[in-house]
Amino acid sequence: MALSIEDIKKIAHLARIEVNDSDAAATLTKLTGILGLIEQMQAVNTEGIVPMSHSQDVVQRLREDVVTKSNQREAFQQIAPALGNGSAERAVDHGLYLVPKVIE
Amino acid sequence: MINSSLKKLSQMLAKKEVSSVELTQAFLNRIDALNPEINAYIALDQEKTLAQAKAADIRIAAGNAEALTGIPIAQKDIFCAQGWQTTCGSKMLANFVAPYDAHVISQFDAAGAVNLGKTNMDEFAMGSSNETSYFGGVKNPWDFTRVPGGSSGGSAAAVAARLCAAATGTDTGGSIRQPASLCGFTGLKPTYGVVSRYGMIAFASSLDQAGPMAKSAEDCALMMNVMAGFDERDSTSLNREKEDYTRDLNKPLQGLRVGLPKEFFAEGLDANVGKVIDAAIAEYKKLGAEIVEISLPNTGLSIPVYYVLAPAEASSNLSRYDGVRYGHRAESYTDLMDMYCKTRAEGFGAEVKRRILIGTYVLSAGYYDAYYLKAQQIRRLIAQDFEEAFKHCDVIMGPAAPSTAFKAGEKVDDPVAMYLQDIYTISTNLAGLPGMSVPAGFSSGTDGKALPVGLQIIGNYFDEARMLNVAHQYQQVTDWHTRMPEGLA
Amino acid sequence: MEWEVVIGLETHAQLQTKTKIFSGASTEFGSEPNTQACEVSIALPGVLPVLNKEAVNCAIKFGLAVNAEITPRSVFARKNYFYPDLPKGYQISQYDEPLCFDGYLDVTVETPEGPQVVRVEIERVHMEEDTGKLTHAGGATGRIHGADYSLVDYNRAGIPLIEIVTKPVTGTGRLAPEVARAYVTELRNVIIALGVSDARMEEGSMRCDVNLSIAVPGAEWGTRSETKNVNSLRSGERAVRSEIERQASVLNNGGRVIQETRHFHEDTGRSTSGRSKEQAEDYRYFPDPDLVPVKPDAAWIETLRAGLPERPSIRRKRLKEQWAVPDKEFAAMVNADVLDIVEETVLLGADPTKARTWWLGEISRIANDQNVAIADLAITPADVAELVALVASGDLTDKLARQVVEGVIAGEGKPSEVVAKRGIKVVNDDGALMAAIEKVCAEQADTAEKVRGGHLPAAGALIGAVMKETAGQADAAKVRELLLKHLGQ
Repeated sequence: MALSIEDIKKIAHLARIEVNDSDAAATLTKLTGILGLIEQMQAVNTEGIVPMSHSQDVVQRLREDVVTKSNQREAFQQIAPALGNGSAERAVDHGLYLVPKVIE
Repeated sequence: MINSSLKKLSQMLAKKEVSSVELTQAFLNRIDALNPEINAYIALDQEKTLAQAKAADIRIAAGNAEALTGIPIAQKDIFCAQGWQTTCGSKMLANFVAPYDAHVISQFDAAGAVNLGKTNMDEFAMGSSNETSYFGGVKNPWDFTRVPGGSSGGSAAAVAARLCAAATGTDTGGSIRQPASLCGFTGLKPTYGVVSRYGMIAFASSLDQAGPMAKSAEDCALMMNVMAGFDERDSTSLNREKEDYTRDLNKPLQGLRVGLPKEFFAEGLDANVGKVIDAAIAEYKKLGAEIVEISLPNTGLSIPVYYVLAPAEASSNLSRYDGVRYGHRAESYTDLMDMYCKTRAEGFGAEVKRRILIGTYVLSAGYYDAYYLKAQQIRRLIAQDFEEAFKHCDVIMGPAAPSTAFKAGEKVDDPVAMYLQDIYTISTNLAGLPGMSVPAGFSSGTDGKALPVGLQIIGNYFDEARMLNVAHQYQQVTDWHTRMPEGLA
Repeated sequence: MEWEVVIGLETHAQLQTKTKIFSGASTEFGSEPNTQACEVSIALPGVLPVLNKEAVNCAIKFGLAVNAEITPRSVFARKNYFYPDLPKGYQISQYDEPLCFDGYLDVTVETPEGPQVVRVEIERVHMEEDTGKLTHAGGATGRIHGADYSLVDYNRAGIPLIEIVTKPVTGTGRLAPEVARAYVTELRNVIIALGVSDARMEEGSMRCDVNLSIAVPGAEWGTRSETKNVNSLRSGERAVRSEIERQASVLNNGGRVIQETRHFHEDTGRSTSGRSKEQAEDYRYFPDPDLVPVKPDAAWIETLRAGLPERPSIRRKRLKEQWAVPDKEFAAMVNADVLDIVEETVLLGADPTKARTWWLGEISRIANDQNVAIADLAITPADVAELVALVASGDLTDKLARQVVEGVIAGEGKPSEVVAKRGIKVVNDDGALMAAIEKVCAEQADTAEKVRGGHLPAAGALIGAVMKETAGQADAAKVRELLLKHLGQ
């Protein structure tokens, strides 16, 4: 599966990672190498084989519907990142997290 | 003292030959002296550490000590420890102070162990040399120009250089076993599900497992007694009866069937490493083991399968690092999209970004069947290979790594060459089986320097006690595991 | 032009569990922002999900109530995308292997030819987690000025949802809007009867998206649009109607309907274009490796099935028969949403017809006048039952009872208390009535003569005067009887 710079840009967008043009070229080379490695899988016939997600055949444990967590807003918001764009204040206000305005 | 086993240290503490504070201080002094060079530790907090030691001393005096009470343990910086900087080797979490304890950390706390500090690691556990860490590489205590292996490189160096009594690591594709091999100590990756992943920063959820890194099999067994056990906060944690991992250490090995996979002794294995492994096998014959040739035909495919599944899971696990609630946020950005893209471009290193991109790609529309699904199918074939093999043997042995420690910088530009380091270890993670690396001798690198070589032992599901027995018996008749790098005494 | 209309409805209902689907954080409504956002809710590094049993109970109960199959092995999947209200960067949902599939709901729509039953097939019901809440700062909030930021509250993140997806509903033609409304209404009835959600569309605990396409009869299905922000039953109907009109207009003008997401506006009854779905988002679904399959066994399912309440449609049928209510009157009760309250009144001993008359008649009128819902008035089924009993025993006339109703609603107490406070009494005493009748006949001698002469309608004025004379407390029918007798009729 041959990748192009356009593909790199598309994947980077999906992953929300900025990749500038010079990085894109280097990334393309390295990823092409890794994909070549992955292609080896195609040599094997896997028809009828059930995919394996977990090694043990375990059934999901179910939790009782009882409240076990309390308010930890202060502790958690103490580690909120700085707002950025010149402000070193924490990106929280009146208990709410602040993100750049979302345009619907 | 710094060379003493965990059992010995526990006895010394009980007999008041040394206090936990004294023992801990001894290690802290040693870290002060050697860590600037070796860079095994990312975070240290003498105050917190000594406070724990003091508390341990009180407990020992009260007669409430357990096997690891008062003993200083190094914690890989992948475990969230409340109040401790927890970076996962990344700029993304460089300023993250964990507000809660991982299950593993709580277990050690409950046992009265002392947290010596957080060890260096490949960024987000992605690497085999500790060279992807934001906090710089780690030096292999046997040869400062070489890597210690990875991703648990900091813990590895800490154990090898006696900068701790023992350490914790995690193993997703070999990250405990390969460094154990390269640094000459004993490391164990348990069966998947035996140690809780709660609070252990996720890389590849279906492969990650935490395990002990220590100076002997017996030490690893004592560590396992603390680390293993059901945790209801982890849906993949197995609810099994509590085990004493030391229970079978002294069993004789007469009649043990040891399987040698022919694929582990083929092309790609350094000849000198091969010789060390052969000698170790010979030693096992003397102990009464019966050698059986087996085959794990899909071994070669384990690398492509791993490099589809692990990056896929990682690409999703790392999406939460978006600069909104904690961790790194870009300093300047224009809008939300820009904030996301810059934060993640700045916060992640090159290898992590590569794996996120690969992971995103193999999950994307149109490629899921050909890559992800296919890899899960081959994964089952690999597990079936082991299932078949274990019909003919009790444990499987072979090299843990294809070569000894390589020079820093040697493989950084060639991801695929780096990935091939894990060729012998990855299949165990895919199958969810337990695996160990045990020091088996030394082999010369190209410049003649003698470097450690590890023997890998792979067991069937939940067979850790037997594996530890197999390793322990070997360690009764050999002394590779007691060696220490010259000049670091 | 008679268009072939194909509609699909996707409904999300918030489950009324005490805790979130994957963590023990509270789901209570109305708390301060981020006070119910535990470490799992804000996706701190290292946290893991554990499934809420009650959420699964609710989902299975709902599946059974809509005649769906419950899958023996259900798997959770990650839906990957980035948005500030999605802390992990993925939503845990279900993709392949949803919990329930192949169900249906029969709904009745009124047509010119009479009521018609339409079977809406349900493709799947699956479980997923709700996102946090995003609001937009409009102006200064504390230190942060201006509308440069959006605000995120994660209290809602992780609340359990069920998503109910219909198969494409075809053949409804011009009845499509009514079918849509009837389906969502009935869905809501089922959900409320089960007690799994309070299903308040205006509050967001039930949300509906409408998918719709039109085509020339006999031709291939047209391009589909999706309309969101449908916040009431009426909006659902209007959204379908307006979308049919819009698409018809586009096609009639030779245009092409584009695949897009539209946003419905309550005030205009129309939708506007939102994100274009031509470039559909790639969610890269894959099974969540932090969770393992849910396997509801037959015993569990049967226990839930045995505990299911009566299906709303069955209940309606039963009550209609029991109360002997004609179709139109019954439909009126259902539409006015008074069925429950009438049933409660009947269970307290009231005659069904009388109960119905009061709730649908006088009390509905008062509710309308005051611009509130019937449920918000201070009068209860017990009050109405008491009232009906008082009228039946002759202690009150209908007219007097209306005064009592006013009094109860005004907060003067229960019917008996209002009667006492206001001194309302039926004048039953023939003697007193005769006195009043004679007085009135004397005062209006001419009219009395007319009646004596056989002109009965004239009696009305006399009866009115007698009622006035008795301050409205006489039984008008009794007065008429006595009056006419007195005047020889």
